[in-house]
Amino acid sequence: MDTAIAVEGLHKSFGSTHALNGLDLQVRTGEVHGFLGPNGSGKSTTVRVLLGLLRADAGAVSVLGGDPWRDATALHRRLAYVPGEVSLWPNLTGGEVIDLMGRLRGGLDQKRRADLLERFELDPKKKNRSYSKGNRQKVAIIAAFSSDVELLILDEPTSGLDPLMESAFQSLVQEEKERGRTVLLSSHILSEVEALCDRVSIVRLGSIVESGTLDELRHLTRTSITAELDTLPTGLSELLGVHDLQTEGNTVRLDVESDRLGNVLGELVPHGVRMLRSEPPTLEELFLRHYSDPTDAAQQPGST
Amino acid sequence: MSQSTLTGLGPLVRLALRRDRITLPIWIVVLALLGTATYGSYDAVFPSAADREALMSSLATSPALKVLYGPAFDLSNAGGFVAWRIGGFMALLTGVMAMLTVVRHTRAEEDSGRAELVRAGVVGRHGLLAAAVCVAIGASVVAGILQALALISAGAPAAGSLALGASCAACGAVFAAVAAVTAQLGSFSRTANGISFAVLGVAFMLRAVGDTSTGAAWVSWLSPLAWAQEVRAFVENRWWVLLLSLITAGVLLFVAVALADRRDIGMGLLVPRDGSPTAHRSLGSPLALAWRLQRGSLVGWLVAFVLMGLILGSLTGSLSGLLSGNKVATDIFTRLGGSHALEQAFIAAMLGVLGLGAAAYGVQAVLRARTEETEGRAEAVLAAAVSRWSWLGGHLLCAVVGSGFLVLVGAAAVGTTAAVTGSVAFGQTFASSLVQLPAVWVVTGVSALLVGLLPRLSVLSWVVAGIVLVISLWGPILNLPDSVLDISPFQHVPHLPGGTLTAIPLVVLSILAVALFGASAVGIRRRDIG
Repeated sequence: MDTAIAVEGLHKSFGSTHALNGLDLQVRTGEVHGFLGPNGSGKSTTVRVLLGLLRADAGAVSVLGGDPWRDATALHRRLAYVPGEVSLWPNLTGGEVIDLMGRLRGGLDQKRRADLLERFELDPKKKNRSYSKGNRQKVAIIAAFSSDVELLILDEPTSGLDPLMESAFQSLVQEEKERGRTVLLSSHILSEVEALCDRVSIVRLGSIVESGTLDELRHLTRTSITAELDTLPTGLSELLGVHDLQTEGNTVRLDVESDRLGNVLGELVPHGVRMLRSEPPTLEELFLRHYSDPTDAAQQPGST
Repeated sequence: MSQSTLTGLGPLVRLALRRDRITLPIWIVVLALLGTATYGSYDAVFPSAADREALMSSLATSPALKVLYGPAFDLSNAGGFVAWRIGGFMALLTGVMAMLTVVRHTRAEEDSGRAELVRAGVVGRHGLLAAAVCVAIGASVVAGILQALALISAGAPAAGSLALGASCAACGAVFAAVAAVTAQLGSFSRTANGISFAVLGVAFMLRAVGDTSTGAAWVSWLSPLAWAQEVRAFVENRWWVLLLSLITAGVLLFVAVALADRRDIGMGLLVPRDGSPTAHRSLGSPLALAWRLQRGSLVGWLVAFVLMGLILGSLTGSLSGLLSGNKVATDIFTRLGGSHALEQAFIAAMLGVLGLGAAAYGVQAVLRARTEETEGRAEAVLAAAVSRWSWLGGHLLCAVVGSGFLVLVGAAAVGTTAAVTGSVAFGQTFASSLVQLPAVWVVTGVSALLVGLLPRLSVLSWVVAGIVLVISLWGPILNLPDSVLDISPFQHVPHLPGGTLTAIPLVVLSILAVALFGASAVGIRRRDIG
């Protein structure tokens, strides 16, 4: 089977709120799939439907070839889940939760557990009450990754981790990918998705507005460049992909579409670069730029 | 710079009052009404001098009631009766209010990290602690004044009313200071509250031991709860006893400040112990998890049921003494079959009280499942290979078995002391308690139904349990019509021991309970989680 998750025309309402509005999602077996969208766009609702916690109002949902609502228990033996907001039993220890969650899923790998505890520098003897948000997230991550499963569903798993632990998490996902696992990574951090994912689906207002490989989506992202030069180049504003050009003395500020970055740098270098700062594109900017108007977002996501 | 450690006290007090604008008024109103309600009932329950004489010579001398209420100084007037019957209880509740208030605004604030935010502002080192203590003692004083005003407006003597209110307020001050110390000791609000309540428990035990022993009456004087009663409001109004409370509160506050200076924010003087790095091999199923989450509370309920059962049962023997002076009641019970029948009727009523308590436990245990869900922990469990039935079933099983166990254990305790002090055999009491079970499970089943089918309304479980409680305990006194009384499942429970055992109501209640749990099981399969 080459499709791990297949969702078609998914609708879900809570009272008068339409959380999901005809969402489609295809995750291929063995890929790390980024599920990208701002807060409140329907990522967590989708994940909960995939886990069979919420019942779809309409649409077809298939996870590992089964119906997540009907076959929840059987499917859950084959997948692991890290929630975005990790809530743990305050009077249990982190180690107890890791063991418990593993057993409830049908067993866990003790060697892997010990290895992960070390990599994430988590003390399993502490009561959950005393863990910070980041430590609670580590507990959930270790519990999920200690199990031998086919599919990992991760809902904003790094929101409380420090940069060091975030990179530990990223290498962990990389390893899982090499072992052939399928990962659905929901996130609102573009750089995280860029670092890990083969393909990305962008969700907005409960439906997918864009889906494809990162290269295919490259036209959507822009990098902000600030450079201090010996001399000012001319004709920068005519270069393809350059936007919002500003000059101040010998300092140039501009946004460039990420797939045109090389051209622009090539133009700057001959003018003697004294200082260069580039800021990676943020999801917020991307959304502001491309999807501020919901009606034409789906038709012309790449146009500016 | 000791003069600056209290900077920010005013705004912090206002912040605490604003956050407690619902909680504290409820406490204060309830505390104010307890005394005057009891005051109003005195003339109706003990109309003649003979009744009051009998009360003094029987119930007031019962060791069990001395444990519960403390010594009786003069029950011949309504004020003295209030001071005995409810005065100690009011003082204790004032103490509980004060302790919870102090911990809520000190240690709980540190737990949540809000204290750091506050302390980073222009706030002195002891600002939070002082504000919490001010609010707690202030609330105790307001409650005391309102208690006195309510009693005076009901016709009680002013001096006694003020003395009673002041003794409660002073007790609140002592326990506010106790909590100010425990908030420095524990590293979490739970620990701090735990230590505070342990102190309160010890104070209660000391008073109970002193009041019931003949040779060691001085032991009572070690307990702040006894000081409130030794004021002897309405009898002697010994105001000087309150000095003990004030001095103790002052010393404890001094200790609290000294301890606060010796620790860092967020830390406690008692370092929390580490737990187990691995889960016990038994912790591997939804039922095991439910039991782990529920067992602590069940143990607490069990201890309370055993103590209550022993005390209630031991009252059985003193009944005939009380009623010997009350001609009407004696006539009724003589016609029913003498003092044996009276004892049986009393035990049947006490078993009913145990049933109501067990139903309350059942509701609480079922709602635990809903809490798991709203706090997001059920989601993690159900995302593992756990069916919805086994998840909810684990909690429901704890509720059903736990509530049944409570009834049986409570009945065993009642039966033991009843057999010693009265003439009803243990086996009869114990077996009679079984008829309570279907009614207990119907009330539990209502909350199971709500959690399974209508989760957003599950808090209504407490409304249902409250209605059943009011109807069962006060319905007959309030002369409610039968159609209203019949709403309570406990109304249909045969009055055993003593009454006749009829099967039909028990069968109907059992079927109803099964139907409620069944509907819950159907509902949980169909609805969204979260």
